[in-house]
Amino acid sequence: MISGIFHSSYEKDMALRRTHAQKIRLVILFLFLLAFPFIFRENRYYLTLANQVGIAIIGAIGLNILVGYTGQISLGQGGFMAVGAYTAGILTARLGMPWWASTIAACFATALVGVLFGIPSLRLKGLYLAIATLSAQVIILWIVTNWGAVTGGVEALVVPNPTLFGVRLNSDFNFYWVTWLLVLLVTIATVNLFRTHYGRAFIAIRDQDIAASVMGVDLFKYKLLAFAISSFLVGLAGALTAHYRSIVTWERFTVDVSVLYLAMIIIGGLGSVTGSFLGATFMTLLPALLTNLGRAARGTFPAIDSLLPFIQQGTFGLVIILFLIFEPEGLNKIWRNIKDYFRLWPFSY
Amino acid sequence: MDLFIQLTLTGLTNGAILALAALGFVLIYKSSDVINFAQGEFLLIGAYVIYAMVVQFGLHWTLGMFLTMVVAVALGVVVERLVLRPMIGEPIISVIMVTIGLSSLLKAIVSAIWGNVPRAFPSFIPSEPVSILGATVGEDRLWSILIAILLLSIFTLFFRRSKEGIAMRAVADDQQAALSMGISVKKIFAWAWSIAAATAAIGGALVANIVGVSGELAGFGLRVFPVVILGGLDSIPGAIVGGIIIGLLESYTGGYIGQGLNQVLPFVVLIIILMLRPYGLFGQEIIERV
Repeated sequence: MISGIFHSSYEKDMALRRTHAQKIRLVILFLFLLAFPFIFRENRYYLTLANQVGIAIIGAIGLNILVGYTGQISLGQGGFMAVGAYTAGILTARLGMPWWASTIAACFATALVGVLFGIPSLRLKGLYLAIATLSAQVIILWIVTNWGAVTGGVEALVVPNPTLFGVRLNSDFNFYWVTWLLVLLVTIATVNLFRTHYGRAFIAIRDQDIAASVMGVDLFKYKLLAFAISSFLVGLAGALTAHYRSIVTWERFTVDVSVLYLAMIIIGGLGSVTGSFLGATFMTLLPALLTNLGRAARGTFPAIDSLLPFIQQGTFGLVIILFLIFEPEGLNKIWRNIKDYFRLWPFSY
Repeated sequence: MDLFIQLTLTGLTNGAILALAALGFVLIYKSSDVINFAQGEFLLIGAYVIYAMVVQFGLHWTLGMFLTMVVAVALGVVVERLVLRPMIGEPIISVIMVTIGLSSLLKAIVSAIWGNVPRAFPSFIPSEPVSILGATVGEDRLWSILIAILLLSIFTLFFRRSKEGIAMRAVADDQQAALSMGISVKKIFAWAWSIAAATAAIGGALVANIVGVSGELAGFGLRVFPVVILGGLDSIPGAIVGGIIIGLLESYTGGYIGQGLNQVLPFVVLIIILMLRPYGLFGQEIIERV
């Protein structure tokens, strides 16, 4: 009878996956993700959702590194994603660069912009930093819509379909592999980042930045590094959006997007990769679920079609409020509670 | 020169309304350390409720205004009680996020009731053009400035002289000390939220009178940030001065340099202010100790 998880060596304690149950769950998840596109090959809708979820997970992990692990509140996610998407889109559509090269370039460009707008973080924290990043969002989006010669302004920027080894990635089925391979890479990289001294420095800054600096963590360096790494991943999510949708418009990167991603990581769980997965999945599937419910209810309530956008927006707000009041640690905490319950089940006392 | 006066007057009107929106913002921050991202939605609700009272129910505008204030105060109390009180002691990001969620919910409710189509507002304030020093300006804009000045002076007096105002300042200064002096902090929070909602409602009615009612009004929620940061998050005179400076800045850049730039320049100013003087022109500088 086990009463908890114990480790008898440092190697075991530092291991990524520490229990058998974790390994089994991971294998099941992996097999599910492998089988998913084949099961729903004919059902484009599910594959589209799967791609959207994958891109959202990358963006959410990026934001979580900054907000959840380093404690720097950012409302500039939409702006940073715009930098990624437009860099990738412009390089491919106007300069004819291959999609993978423009994606890498977009990641670095976004990291650079992230560092630029991260400079105020040295003097600002909490609320003030949130407002500073909010203005980064406004400024970036203004540049995008007003610099028509390069970005196309308010017009949509059309990006050619990506190809890989001669295969055109224009279907959801083909793009699924790109998205989820990158999700896998980003996840492994992030989990490992927080086993290095960089990751520990980030967490130290979040917990008490002055104490961290007394212990020898160079605040300026590590805060900017957190902004760079976070923006790098956010830029990746933005670039993937550009290549996946083959079209880039500024409406996709408004302040609502910043709020959406912040909601993902708060509802999922701050400072947790699992939380980013859960939150991104939940917040991407929620509007789709509501749309389907609305369609199902159309027969009884014909008015529901015109009300649906407002129901979606209202549910979004309500879900955020309810989570913050009743489960501030998010879905990740609920998931942990379920695991704890079944660990000793059926003898939980 | 005419253009200059014209732009100055426009800027002053916009500034006065911004100052009203910022005032509610500052009030809430001052007493409860909460940043209210739903301030723009309060403005929106004020505008739509007075629209419903005057146009849909056909009430006289004075009665309509009075009822709007009642609704706004009730809204403030309900929001404080249901949403903000459970957030006491939670980290700052939760508090920010809960008001963002609130703004989304309120906006959805307003759009579900009144739809997304902009509606003309029957001006209850005469809007005939008046010429001042060679520039023409709508009379309603002048009234807006006047009403804003009046309200801001009332609030300044309220905080200086009245018992409740002094209690609110005490809570802002130190909640524990205020509690031990017999001030009910909960009651003060409810006061702050209802006053904020009421000022926003007045602001909403003024804007509606000038430009009509539409979902766009919620945009004031974002435009308030440069104002409060410039003036100082916890300063009422700061909200007034900040509002006027930002209003003038928007108006001059819009008139002399070009439309479009006036939307972004306040945020550039915001970042510069944050880099140089994060506590703003009149805000209190907080020194952090470990």
